[in-house]
Amino acid sequence: MQDRLVSMIRETSSSLPEDVLAALRAAARREARGGSAAVVLRTILDNCALAKRNGTPLCQDTGTLTFFVDERLRRRVTPALVRRAVACATECGFLRRNTIDAVTGRSCDDNCAEGAPVVHYVAGDGPARRVTLLLKGGGSENMSRQYSLPDAALGAGRDLAGVRACVLDAVQKIQGYGCAPGILGVCVGGDRATGYAVAKAQLLRPLDAAADAGGGGAELRRLEKALLREANALGIGPMGLGGKTTLLGVKVAARTRVPASFFVTVAYMCWACRRRTIEL
Amino acid sequence: MITLTYPFDEKAVRALKAGDAVSITGRLYTGRDKFHKFVADGGALPVDFTDGALYHCGPVCVRDGADGAWRVVAAGPTTSVRENPYEPAFIAASGVRLIVGKGGMDAATRAAMKRHGCVYVQAVGGAGALYAAAVRRVAGVSLLDEFGAAEAVWHFDVVDFRGVVAMDAHGRSLFAEVAEASARALAGLR
Repeated sequence: MQDRLVSMIRETSSSLPEDVLAALRAAARREARGGSAAVVLRTILDNCALAKRNGTPLCQDTGTLTFFVDERLRRRVTPALVRRAVACATECGFLRRNTIDAVTGRSCDDNCAEGAPVVHYVAGDGPARRVTLLLKGGGSENMSRQYSLPDAALGAGRDLAGVRACVLDAVQKIQGYGCAPGILGVCVGGDRATGYAVAKAQLLRPLDAAADAGGGGAELRRLEKALLREANALGIGPMGLGGKTTLLGVKVAARTRVPASFFVTVAYMCWACRRRTIEL
Repeated sequence: MITLTYPFDEKAVRALKAGDAVSITGRLYTGRDKFHKFVADGGALPVDFTDGALYHCGPVCVRDGADGAWRVVAAGPTTSVRENPYEPAFIAASGVRLIVGKGGMDAATRAAMKRHGCVYVQAVGGAGALYAAAVRRVAGVSLLDEFGAAEAVWHFDVVDFRGVVAMDAHGRSLFAEVAEASARALAGLR
């Protein structure tokens, strides 16, 4: 079991999911040949092919590791087992020594500490019992943000038009700094903590619509499509050098709120959206 | 794609325009936070940057093999804005022609680039594997004991290291232009 987790970590760190690669290839076809957007996307695709061939990290920031484990696997996939797998993968060079004690500033050289890696036990359905791993780099995590409606500066009220204003403001402010083209996970409502958790969980959804079970109803689906189109019309482009592809996808979910609060939370994921699911 | 070969000629560098795709071959020296502070505090430049290139990068390098040679595992760019306070003086004092990094730099750095004939090349964030492969040889390393491996000044000999000129020696910055244009586009959507 530990070996399966170690190879899962290696594969996650060295190769992108097929839907993200397909979106990057489609973006490369859309951009003007020889322009900076096309050059950046070609570099990204070449980098992905090389990392996959070598089984080495595709980005040196191997990120925060978050495991989502089917709760029916709680006894087989324990936090201690996950930590051993992470320590082993670090020792093998599949992960950078990337975990810093926030008080002392010292490196936790095996990437393990209290709460690291992050392990969430989630409700499972159907016969398949799955473990999903998400690697998210610091450059993209630094770009995530949370709004509280109403927001006078944005002219954003407590409705979906207000949500749209927040998300487009976030895209414009982030520019290329989170390593664009990125993917947005958005949560409408919730408290501050659930907002971030739910927004980040949307990054697990596949980019191709046919395979995506969705995070909400038809209204949110329409919002996702409109936001993707409008964000890409801003012209920020890959790495912020201009172009048609600022985002690869937008995924929105909603949670209830209390009458006094209306949060809009935006989780930004870089193009290196490293996620993988295995069945046990 | 415009090929730039070390040593980088001032006239050729001044002729580059924002948006040009470039392929760099020759020597790149890495330098990031500790290096910039060291130089600003009066430390002597460990290498000659005249007509050279500075790469904002904290690579993962391992020493392997019987000969103890260094091998580069990942060498993508790090965010450049942290060096804004130091870069104009560094450009003036060093004779450097290319600054390579990600995210761009401020107006003061742009002005120094214009005055001294230097450009900013945007490398692709996250492409650590590809840039490591472009490093054909680690020719040496300076300030390793003082700064540690991630902050040391590495002497990389690279072949076909690709990027885009994002700030040129005419005072143009793609970052500034894209930020302004996207703000106008957003206002149009409201």
